[in-house]
Amino acid sequence: MSELRDQIQQIISTEPVSLFMKGTPQLVMCGNSDRALRALQSAGAPVTAVDVLPDPQIRQELTALSGWPTIPQVFIRGELIGGADIVEELYASGELARRLDDALGADRDATVQTAALA
Amino acid sequence: MAAGDTLEALLRASFPDATELAVEDRTGGGDHFQVTLASGRFDGLSLVEQHRLVYDALSEPLQDGTIHELRIKTKGSAT
Repeated sequence: MSELRDQIQQIISTEPVSLFMKGTPQLVMCGNSDRALRALQSAGAPVTAVDVLPDPQIRQELTALSGWPTIPQVFIRGELIGGADIVEELYASGELARRLDDALGADRDATVQTAALA
Repeated sequence: MAAGDTLEALLRASFPDATELAVEDRTGGGDHFQVTLASGRFDGLSLVEQHRLVYDALSEPLQDGTIHELRIKTKGSAT
């Protein structure tokens, strides 16, 4: 297993909510990444964002780990939740907030931070 | 064959029971697609599992770059 893959796995397993996206929360480079970020924020998620654009290897290793072919990818406590369509659908139904409540407790704060891969 | 037709044929082959199947070219450029699909194969599956089945059916156009962006809406047989 490559070092990069280890780093990605580390983020997925340790961050409460991780979002692998194109661009950063400050400068989103893709409509779908934007949709996922907005849904997470609206649901009050503490988001740790990882930009996959700096190195094509990131996306390759991420997909090798998750088996999910597209970006964005959202994980809650290590579990793949899905891409933009699923996250939006779960937010609209209230399921996303319920899952966040179950995983992280109801008194969480909606925050955004970024994690960089070395 | 237009890319959208190829996608529809692939999905039809993987989901012969589909009660609803639509592939919309969202931008007219032949690489941004909205797939809407209702099938009994989705019954009882999580959304992640449902979308994985769609990705599996479209693995070739996803890998060769035909699909630049894919939006998916899945429904079970009951809806």
